[in-house]
Amino acid sequence: MRLVVDLTRCQGYAQCAFLAPDVFSIQGDEALVYDAAPDQAQHRKILRAAASCPVQAIQLDRVDEPGEPDEPPRPGDVRKIAPAEGDGRGATLQRTGRIVIVGASLTGLRAAERVREEGFSGSLTVIGDEPFAPYDRPPLSKQALTGWVPPEQTALPRRRRIDADWRLGVAATGLDLAAKELNLADGTRIGFDKLLIATGLRARSWPNPTEAALHGVLTLRTSADAALLRQMLDARPRRVLVIGAGFIGSEIASVCRELGLPVTVAEAGAAPLGAALGGVIGAIAGDVQRENGVDLRCGVRVTSLEGDAAGRLRRARLSDGTTLEVDVAVAALGAVRNVEWLAGSGLACGVWGVACDAGCRAFDANGVVTDNIFVAGDVARAPQPMFGYQFLAIEHWGNAFTQAEVAAHNMVSSEAERWPHLAVPKFWSAQFGNEIKSVGVPSAADEVVIAQGSVSQRRFLAVYGYKGRIVAAVAFNQNKWLDFYESLIEQAAPFPPSFHHVDEPAARQPVPAGFRPMASPTQDATVVVTGHAPSERRATLMHHPRFP
Amino acid sequence: MTEPSTWEQILDFSHRANPYPLYAELRKTPVTLLPDGSYLVSTYAEISSLLHDPRVSSDVSLNPAAAEAGAGGEAGMSPTFLNMDPPDHDRFRRIAMRNFGPPHAPGRVAGLEPRMAEIVAELIDDLQGKTRIDIVDDLAYPLPVTVICELLGVPPGDERRFRVWVDAALESTDPRLDSEAQQQKRVEAGQELRAFMEELVETHRQSPGNDLLSAMDSDDGPEGRMPAEQLVGTGLLLLIAGHETTVNLIANGALTLLRHPDVLHRLRNDPDLVIPMVEELLRYEPPVHFVPFRTALDNIDIGGTTIPKGAGITLVLAAGNRDPEQFPEPDLFIPERKNNGHLGFGGGIHLCVGAPLARLEAQIALTEFALRLQNPRLVTDPPPYRPSPFLRGPRHLAADIDGVAVPTPGKEPGLTPQTR
Repeated sequence: MRLVVDLTRCQGYAQCAFLAPDVFSIQGDEALVYDAAPDQAQHRKILRAAASCPVQAIQLDRVDEPGEPDEPPRPGDVRKIAPAEGDGRGATLQRTGRIVIVGASLTGLRAAERVREEGFSGSLTVIGDEPFAPYDRPPLSKQALTGWVPPEQTALPRRRRIDADWRLGVAATGLDLAAKELNLADGTRIGFDKLLIATGLRARSWPNPTEAALHGVLTLRTSADAALLRQMLDARPRRVLVIGAGFIGSEIASVCRELGLPVTVAEAGAAPLGAALGGVIGAIAGDVQRENGVDLRCGVRVTSLEGDAAGRLRRARLSDGTTLEVDVAVAALGAVRNVEWLAGSGLACGVWGVACDAGCRAFDANGVVTDNIFVAGDVARAPQPMFGYQFLAIEHWGNAFTQAEVAAHNMVSSEAERWPHLAVPKFWSAQFGNEIKSVGVPSAADEVVIAQGSVSQRRFLAVYGYKGRIVAAVAFNQNKWLDFYESLIEQAAPFPPSFHHVDEPAARQPVPAGFRPMASPTQDATVVVTGHAPSERRATLMHHPRFP
Repeated sequence: MTEPSTWEQILDFSHRANPYPLYAELRKTPVTLLPDGSYLVSTYAEISSLLHDPRVSSDVSLNPAAAEAGAGGEAGMSPTFLNMDPPDHDRFRRIAMRNFGPPHAPGRVAGLEPRMAEIVAELIDDLQGKTRIDIVDDLAYPLPVTVICELLGVPPGDERRFRVWVDAALESTDPRLDSEAQQQKRVEAGQELRAFMEELVETHRQSPGNDLLSAMDSDDGPEGRMPAEQLVGTGLLLLIAGHETTVNLIANGALTLLRHPDVLHRLRNDPDLVIPMVEELLRYEPPVHFVPFRTALDNIDIGGTTIPKGAGITLVLAAGNRDPEQFPEPDLFIPERKNNGHLGFGGGIHLCVGAPLARLEAQIALTEFALRLQNPRLVTDPPPYRPSPFLRGPRHLAADIDGVAVPTPGKEPGLTPQTR
C-alpha cells in the first residue's frame, strides 16, 4: 500500500494513531510520523485510520497502479503524437491536445492527476530526471532517517489512473518556445500544446568541491541522499556535523538525538530557523535543541572539512576556533532552483525561480505573460496579492500541491474559468517531539507577539504583524487553533490582536520579530481574500485601511 | 398563543424521531439569537469555525444559562476538562489520555478489538432461539458499557447499580420536566454517582489494576497525577460519556440499516463498507446533536451577525451535518461518502476523547449485526426515543428475526473472536 498524509491539514487529533498504531505514530503532543508503504496486512486498520481523520488528511491509493510507473520508459522510444488541430483551444485541446509536465515529484503528479480529473483525454507526458516514480520528500528528513521507514519507500499514492507517458531518468535540457518543443537529455524532442514547468529544487551543495567530495559529506534532498545518510547514521559515527540550522538541518539534528548520536549544529545566523521564523521564535527553537543535547553553535561558520588519505571525512574546523572530530557532515544550506535548463528559452527565470502570474502562466523575459507555459511548485515565483503582490517562491509541500491543482485547472480551462492561486502559505516541521506549524509569511513581519499559551511549556502560538496587520502565525504544539489565525491573515486583521480569548499569556507585548532586513521591496497587506473554493477565491483591494 | 419557535419545536419530544426538517429551517438563519440572549449556530462552516475559535470558551462557570441549568454544579460530572479552557483543559486531558492512547499508550484501543469481537459474538449468540429482539437492550447497550467498565476497572455487576442513576441524570435533560424537578433529579443522581465513583477510586487505590482509574490515580507522568478532586469527576465523565453516546451510535446505526435494506445487503458482502459507513452514520444520525454552554469571550462576527461578548453559544452539530453547502445530497445516507468531514465528534481541542473506541465498537457491532441476524425487520418505525434532545437515540429498538447465523470466521478475519 502507498499512503501520504497531508500534514498541512493535519491537526494532530491522533485518530489514525489510535486505530492503526503500527502505521501512524504521534510524537509529543501532535507531531505525526507514519509509514508511507505499510504492509498489506494493515489494510483494514489503515482504511479505519483514513476514514476517521477529522480533517481527511490521509490519502491512499485509489487505483491499483503498481509502484513503478505505469509505462516504464523505453530507451529511444519517442512517442509520435499528431499536432493538435487549430490552436489547441477548448474542446479540441481536451480531446486531442498534448500536455507535457516537466518534473515528476509532488507537483507533477498532482497536476497530472488533476488534468485527467478535469476530463483531459489527450496525450500526457511526465518527464523526471530521477529514475523513480513520484515520491514524498518530507519523511526523508524524519522517519526515513531513524530507520523506521525505508528511505526508498515513500512513493506517493495515486488518486486515479493517469494514463501518462512517463519519461523518468531523463532530464529536460531545453525549451523552444517558438516550436513548442522540449529537448531531453537523451537527445529526443517532444512537442506540446501546453507545458507545465515543475522542476523544483535541488540541495545547495557544500561550496568547496574537494571537501564536498569527501566520503561523509553530503546533502539531503532525494531518496538516494536519505538512503546514504541513513546508512552513515546506522554506522554510529563519532559525531555528526550539521551545517545550517534551517528546517532540514534542525530535523536531521533531531533524528541524531533520537538515535543517541552526538551532533553539532553550526549556524551562521543568530538562531536556528531564523530565516523562516525570525530571531525571537528561532531563539526558542535553539533552546529546544540545547535541551535535547544538541551542540548548537550560532554565529559560527564551518571553515574547512578535512579528510584522511582514503578520502573519508575526519574533522571539521569552525570559525569559533574549535576543531571537531566528525565522520558525517550534512550541508543543509538551503536549495537551488532547477532553472538552468531554461537558459535561453526567453522565459523570465533566474535564481529566484520562473516568474508567473497568479494563475501560474509563465512570464517571458519582457514580463509578457505566455499562453501555454505554466509553472507550479518550488520553482514557481508568483505574485501573492496578500503580501503586496510581491513575487514569492514558496518551498512548501502544501504550496506544491495547491499550486499544481490551480495550474492544471488553468491549463485545460478557458480564460473565463481560470483560478488564481491564493492559498495562504503553510508549512510544518516535526523536530524534538514538537510540531511547529506556520500559516502566512512570517518573514514579511516586523513584529511578533506570543498570543496564546506558554513558551516555557513549548506550547504556544506566536502571531506576526507587519505595519499593524496580521501576516502570519506560528504554532508550537498548538496547531488546532491555526485555522482561526489563517482567517485573520486573509482579512488583514489588525496587529497586535486585541481581542480576548482562551489561554492568554500574562503579558502580550509585541517585540521586533528579528528578521534580517529583506533586500526586496516592502510589502503591505493591501487586499483581503474572500471565498473558500478555488473558483470563488478573490483578492479584494482595501482602498482605505479599515482599522486606524 | 404564539407559534413555538423552531428551537422550541426541536426541544419538544414530539419531534424527537425526526428533527431534521427543523434543522433545515434553523440553517436559514445560520446564527440565531434566542430569547435568553444566547445564540444557536446551525451551519457547517460557522460551527467548524467556532470549534477552532479561541474566543469561544468551554468554561461553564462563565456561561449564564449553564449556571441556571445547574450544569456546572453538583451533578458529579464537574469540573472536568470537558468544561475547561487551556491550559488546564490541555493538561488534564493529557493526563487522562496518557494511559488511553498515543503517544504514551498507542496500542491500547486497537488492542481491544479481539475483546470487543468476543463480547459482540456472545451477545449475538445469546439471541439464539428468539424471534423478537431489542437491539438497544440486547446489543447497543451491553457492548459499550462492558467495554468501558473493563477499561476503567469497574467490576462486572456494578453496571446494575449505576445504570439507574445515569438514566436519572440523563432524563433530567428532558425539557418536558420543569426546572425544579430537573434540578432535584440531577442533584440526587449526581450524589449517588459521586459516592459510587469515590468508593471505586478508593478500591483501586488500595489494590491497583491494569485499568484507567488505577493509572490515573497512581501514574506519575511528566505533568503529575490527576488531582484527587479531578479524579472522581473525570472517572464519571469517562464512564458515562464512554458508553451512553455509543449506545445511540449503534442503535441509530442498526435503525438506519433496517431502513436501508440495500445497504444492509451490501454490508453482508463487503464488511469493509462498515468503515466509511460508521462515519456516514456519525454525520447522518449522530449520537450527540448539539454542544451547549460555550461562551463568547469577545465580540465574534460570524454568519452575518455579531455574537456579543459574554453570550452563550450552542453549536447544533446535527444541523451542520446536514448542511447542503458542505455535503452534497445531505439527507441521503451514502455509506461510502467521500471526504466526510462530519461534526459527529465535535472538533478542535475538545474533539471526543472516546472517538476511536466508539468507532471500533460500532464497526464491530454493526458488521456482526449484518452478518449474523437473519432477515431482521423493524417492528415499529419510528421506534420510541429517549427523552434527551441532544443525546438522541432510541430507547428501545424492536426487531423481528428469523434466526441467528453461526459466526463466519473466514469472512471477517480481523473481527474473529479469539478463542478463550
